[in-house]
Amino acid sequence: MSRKTILNESHRALGAKMVDFGGWDMPLHYGSQIEEHHAVRRDAGMFDVSHMTVVDLHGDRCRDFLRHLLANDIDKLKLTGRALYSCMLNDEGGIIDDLIVYYLGDTFYRAVVNAATRDKDLAWIERHARSFGVEVRERRDFGMLAVQGPAARARVLGLLAPQDAARVDKLARFAAIEVTGPDGASLFVARTGYTGEDGFEIIVPEEATVALWNRLHEAGVHPAGLGARDTLRLEAGMNLYGQDMDESVTPWEAGLAWTVALDAGRDFVGRAALERQRAAGVTRTMIGVVMDERGVLRHGQRVVTPKGDGEILSGIFAPTLGKAIAFARVPVDAGSDVHVDIRGKLVPLRVVKYPFVRDGQPREGI
Amino acid sequence: MQEIPGDLKFMKSHEWARVEDQGTVTVGISDHAQDLLGDIVYVELPSVGDHVQAGMACAVVESVKAASDLYAPVSGEVLAVNEALGDKPETINEDPFGDGWVLQIKPDNLAEELEELLDPDAYAESIEEDE
Repeated sequence: MSRKTILNESHRALGAKMVDFGGWDMPLHYGSQIEEHHAVRRDAGMFDVSHMTVVDLHGDRCRDFLRHLLANDIDKLKLTGRALYSCMLNDEGGIIDDLIVYYLGDTFYRAVVNAATRDKDLAWIERHARSFGVEVRERRDFGMLAVQGPAARARVLGLLAPQDAARVDKLARFAAIEVTGPDGASLFVARTGYTGEDGFEIIVPEEATVALWNRLHEAGVHPAGLGARDTLRLEAGMNLYGQDMDESVTPWEAGLAWTVALDAGRDFVGRAALERQRAAGVTRTMIGVVMDERGVLRHGQRVVTPKGDGEILSGIFAPTLGKAIAFARVPVDAGSDVHVDIRGKLVPLRVVKYPFVRDGQPREGI
Repeated sequence: MQEIPGDLKFMKSHEWARVEDQGTVTVGISDHAQDLLGDIVYVELPSVGDHVQAGMACAVVESVKAASDLYAPVSGEVLAVNEALGDKPETINEDPFGDGWVLQIKPDNLAEELEELLDPDAYAESIEEDE
């Protein structure tokens, strides 16, 4: 029996095609996933992301705990309200999950982790929190909406009282504040997202979620499903847990080296393994590829390189580009002579730097 | 959902076949199938002159969601393929029983293989059973 977010009835009323996602009954699309994708790139779309897991961390030694738990460096966060993207690793350096953590006070941090990994994430966090005396509190009393696109900020600001709108308007990227919503509910508004567009992710009390969704809809924000969310985030060059990385993969092998801080003297979980792997030589890497021939790249397809075989990780038909793009894991230094095996036929791929799309437009040369 | 035209025959796997006046067979996928697949972004067509076998894959329809084989409803030689799908694969979403046709077959033993296919009512029932 899959779980439902508070917006389940709203999705069905909009004619959504529902699918199981990580144990949740979620909208795949409301008619056309491609139209929803374009709506986010060109105007503003909204996603129900209430299935994601919000975990509040409280305790005097919260920061010490996060120094230990996360591969990225929590001390990069100097101002309250700021957010950090990080992996949480196991002792072998494998990725347990990726997450965003917000610095909300010296004894209070908020993490948002993936829905499909909820159980193991909570178990892992709790296990390590104990010795730091940090209290781990899952917040199942929240809904969450992502409002994304070039017009997203204006649409959200239009729902707020002038004073709050001014504060949200000034919000820096990767920062969050608390304001009062159109129906009096308290909103946690973060300038973050998973589409490559500007916009907000809004954490809202569960009972006020439907009203906020309806307000945004009336303001002209297009409902968008998980299908569009997937094509938008891959065009933007963002990893998806379970598809691009899991516990058998280290950040070095998943294009996530930029999220690992090997700062002096910090003993985080997985660090020793990461350093060992790097000293021994990392053998696999993640690349971005474009297929100029017609067809679709999909998860699990075999990639052929002069250095050996690899595989397609996330692969999609990219609506903004009108062709297929993917992440692939291949041997290091595989070069540019890369092919994909599609139903027995070897089709050439172009290795490119990602993001594939920036500011709503294809990157030059893609 | 579009109404199912009465002159079509179906496979349980959602392909339709229409016997044209000159005895050739036009093949496509049903409205129900395009709805299940979602936005269609690519169709891999056979070559004109290929021989296809009833019940065997003869084309691939790829949507944003999945790649799905299209099975030949009857055996025979491929007489024509819908080249327009190359630039506009979404035609299958828009008009699955008309402009979204996929290929045309010159059948080998039509009368016998036609018997194996479902009439529109039986196909409609098989969809309901699936749901």
